[in-house]
Amino acid sequence: MQVSIDQDRCCSSGQCVVTAPEVFEQDDHDGLVRLRLTVLPPARFADVRLASELCPGGAITVAEEAPERDRERTGPAAG
Amino acid sequence: MTSTPTAPAPLLPAPHDGVCPFSPPPVYTEAARAGTVTRAALLDGSSCWLVTGYHEVRSLLSDRRFSADVRRPEFPSFTPGRRAILAANPNFLRLDDPEHSRLRRMVTGDFLVKRVEAMRPEVQQIVDEALDSMTASGGPADLVGDFALPVPSLVICLLLGVPYEDRQMFQELSRVLVSTTVEEAEVRRAQTELLDYLGGLAAQKRRRPGDDILSRLAARDDLSLREIAATGMLLLVAGHETTANMIGLSTLLLLRHPGQAARLTDPAAVPGAVEELLRHLTIIHMGLPRLALEDVELGGVRIRAGDGVVAMLSTANRDEELFGAPGHLPADELDVDRDARRHLAFGFGVHQCLGQPLARAELQIALATLFHRLPGLRLAVPESELTFRSDAFIYGLKALPIAW
Ligand code: SF4
Repeated sequence: MQVSIDQDRCCSSGQCVVTAPEVFEQDDHDGLVRLRLTVLPPARFADVRLASELCPGGAITVAEEAPERDRERTGPAAG
Repeated sequence: MTSTPTAPAPLLPAPHDGVCPFSPPPVYTEAARAGTVTRAALLDGSSCWLVTGYHEVRSLLSDRRFSADVRRPEFPSFTPGRRAILAANPNFLRLDDPEHSRLRRMVTGDFLVKRVEAMRPEVQQIVDEALDSMTASGGPADLVGDFALPVPSLVICLLLGVPYEDRQMFQELSRVLVSTTVEEAEVRRAQTELLDYLGGLAAQKRRRPGDDILSRLAARDDLSLREIAATGMLLLVAGHETTANMIGLSTLLLLRHPGQAARLTDPAAVPGAVEELLRHLTIIHMGLPRLALEDVELGGVRIRAGDGVVAMLSTANRDEELFGAPGHLPADELDVDRDARRHLAFGFGVHQCLGQPLARAELQIALATLFHRLPGLRLAVPESELTFRSDAFIYGLKALPIAW
């Protein structure tokens, strides 16, 4: 699974941080989303999918990969 | 194409009469049964679209072809003349990007999840003290006036830097601003008075800043005092009206379901229970107005540029497909063990509630502490004597007499 974020679409609601605190954080100053991990553990996949669904700005994109490649990979942070 | 030519379009905002006080007014649930996007009429005589389905509400609120800018002359208004009053001093909730995000981003740093989490001990202390003073008399008490309102009011005053001693004044003004029935002139007067008050405070803080939001806004030279006052007014009104009504209504609902109320004594169950209460109660019963800027296809219906639209969060949050998972009660009933995290009680899209981390923390702490400390909590009057605020944009209870 690959997750990417688009800070231009982030409205700092913090839903992602509440849903998957190991994966997402907010900038101290303006609250814009940032990825905390470059490698995403499979145990967090479900939380990340939900965070993407709950994000009101559509700032979190999840790309599912083929199962054999769906290992510990995370895409680069955009924005 | 099928149509029901005889059914008159429902009139918004709809009254709450004679129904379950926790459910959306029947006019809206009937509209939801008729379709996810239907026609409705507004009190000012104009017509609009009523969007009641979960997926349609979500997609509408995140679609930039729908505007939230109240200054547009065609923008739908719930009551005659209110649009013009709001348009005179719009806050960022009622503007589109880029103005919206320019103003919103100036306060997002104050509502970070991390920052709110760090405030929990302070909120707990405010809750404890409010309960201490409510119970000091031995009861009965009014849960709304003695607990539900003081807690969020005190928290937002601290954050904003508004003196709590002035609460009587701004709580009165705030009630006028969210009412759907008061005279237009009175709404206008209340808005001017509150803006002048907050603008005056900001001017003082420009000279002698404190550690609060108004001071930080006042320190910026890219903001006018009017913009600061409008932002302050939004945070002040939204900060106490919404959470206060959620605490009051949640308490009454939990008193009706003692088994579920008991779940609040398990700290692990509290966050989920609060999400379910938010979903089930969705206190913005009247929905969120928007204006279509282009022709848009929504729920199989063609909405034209210039059409008014109202997004009904409350009916969307009762969507059986989304919330009625097997093993749980139907979506129309409270089930604090349900996974309700997909609810839209805070809205959706770029305008989704900025204060939601704070609202969650306040609700979790206030409700858990209340039911933990007062296990014998009960109504002090028959339920038929309770009065609800059905004449306001934010639904709630006027008072909640309790004993323990
Ligand atoms: S949920 Fe979306 S909008 Fe909210 S902070 Fe996270 S990325 Fe930003």
